[in-house]
Amino acid sequence: MYEALDHAHGGEGHWAFGTGFDEPLAGVDTTVPDGIDPADLGEYCLVLGDDALVLAQRLTQWITAAPELEEEVAIANVALDLLGQARLLLARAGSVGVLGRSRDRATESIPDEDALAYFRDLDEFRNSGLVEAPNGDFARTMVRLLVAATVRLAVFTRLRGSRDPVLAAIAAKGVNELAYHRDHAARWVLRLGDGTAESHRRAQAAADTVWPLLADVFTATDVERRLTEAGVAVDPADVREEVSSVLTQVLDQATLRVPAWPADTAPRGRVGEHGPELAELLGTLQGLARQHPAATW
Amino acid sequence: MSAPTLERPAPDEAALQRQFDATIAADHRIEPRDWMPEGYRRTLIRQVAQHAHSEIIGMQPEGDWLLAAPSLRRKAILLAKVQDEAGHGMYLYSAAETLGADRADLTDKLIERKQKYSSIFNYPTLSYADVGVIGWLVDGAAICNQVPLCRSSYGPYARAMIRICKEESFHQRQGYELLMTMMRGTDEQRAMVQDSVDRWWWPSLMMFGPPDDDSPNSAQSMAWGIKRHSNDELRQRFVDMSVPQAEFLGVTLPDPDLTWDEQSGHWRFGAIDWDEFKRVISGHGPANDERIARRRAARDDNAWVTEAATAYARKHDGGRPAEEHAGSAA
Repeated sequence: MYEALDHAHGGEGHWAFGTGFDEPLAGVDTTVPDGIDPADLGEYCLVLGDDALVLAQRLTQWITAAPELEEEVAIANVALDLLGQARLLLARAGSVGVLGRSRDRATESIPDEDALAYFRDLDEFRNSGLVEAPNGDFARTMVRLLVAATVRLAVFTRLRGSRDPVLAAIAAKGVNELAYHRDHAARWVLRLGDGTAESHRRAQAAADTVWPLLADVFTATDVERRLTEAGVAVDPADVREEVSSVLTQVLDQATLRVPAWPADTAPRGRVGEHGPELAELLGTLQGLARQHPAATW
Repeated sequence: MSAPTLERPAPDEAALQRQFDATIAADHRIEPRDWMPEGYRRTLIRQVAQHAHSEIIGMQPEGDWLLAAPSLRRKAILLAKVQDEAGHGMYLYSAAETLGADRADLTDKLIERKQKYSSIFNYPTLSYADVGVIGWLVDGAAICNQVPLCRSSYGPYARAMIRICKEESFHQRQGYELLMTMMRGTDEQRAMVQDSVDRWWWPSLMMFGPPDDDSPNSAQSMAWGIKRHSNDELRQRFVDMSVPQAEFLGVTLPDPDLTWDEQSGHWRFGAIDWDEFKRVISGHGPANDERIARRRAARDDNAWVTEAATAYARKHDGGRPAEEHAGSAA
């Protein structure tokens, strides 16, 4: 029944690096199993979906500006994977009726994924500060990708056993992608950390800038806590050790100093607290769609 | 009787030339290790490099809409397309390298404006309809130009073109599908499409290059089998193909002289503004400076990254730069 998700990337042989473009959840049974609160489930899908959407948008800012053509292709690949995850997760949120205030503005003909991506306001976004921060130079971009992919891979690996079969299938598909993202970023962190004096300096500065963004990543929201108990979600605190161990290993090998781990804080991005950088990102993302709210594309 | 010698006989240039000519005459392929006249090699490097540069510069006008694409589906389609263009650039630079050129050197020549790229990419993309029109008209024109090159006499280029043409035709259909969707949408969307067609139609016709009587290198390239049809012939083919497509779409092509010629079975079109073509190709189009500046920034701002990768490879991989990248494990 959920095979459609696994094959979303198949059958597109005429593309250099295939991707499926159709309705993300077409043909998938979206019934919510008994005992799961649909509102919580939708909210959690926004958490996971917004992280992917915002990071995809950040990575896309590198297109036509990357160091090598091979890297243009690789970054586009990662961004496409994340965009695909975002579409599935936003569609899942929509399928359980979680649409925030977006439906007040978006016309009926606009699919849920777009209503959520283009017609929600800043305070309705649930992404973490980790993905929201600007790219900086190539070193900071790759260190942030390493950290974000490591956290997400650890979460998705566990989510494959979620009681929501749709979420479990999305996670199963995402795990392969995220393993590649983490590997790609890790290879760059090694090259930069152990490359030249200049690249080492930049990579260290990047780590020092990115590490503080982990402060609220491992603190569960109320929704995450309830859903973890219901066997649907993953408590982010549970992946902390794995994340820390992977990152330490990569930084050690890259001859970089592992920055001090920040003290845990209450969730910020996950509850809709965002800075001006996300406002700017959303302005670009949403501008055209909002100019033509009655249009379909 | 001459004394035996250990030296290999000096290559007989005339014999090699005869063999080359026979290969071309038989419509067989020249491969990288085959002997080829210097002029053939030089002309091909220029042709393939210009094509590669066009793919890479061509990422920019559409790439400008990546962050603002009005639906997630359109964003994914556009991102995959721009990624394909980077891939095309890579195959083509590799084809040029089989002729002895070097990618970094070709990139420098692009940035120093010593080599050209298709003039079409010096026009700005002003609305999202431009993404569709570039797919329909610009990729359509590129396909007309490139399908015959799948039979180029130079093997690596011909093979690269087969793959590129398949992807281009998919891009063209995606572009046309976007326009069809917009034409079924709001009045504003229809107006955007018409405005976009008005701006891109004539530059698309210019993509085939100067008219035959003003195309000095064409005859030699035709004889070498690296050009298969004349500029005017391909342009006519493109016009004949596009007129019914425009009609089906519901847009007007901005040419009052466009008329059906029963006798020849072709659409006759108005005079092309070749002064504009010359202005744009010689560096004075609306976006030339911006296009080159972005390539220069990508090279210069990230030079430290390339240096780091090279230094790392020297330390860890015995001096060979890592050839990882590209292609998801999924």
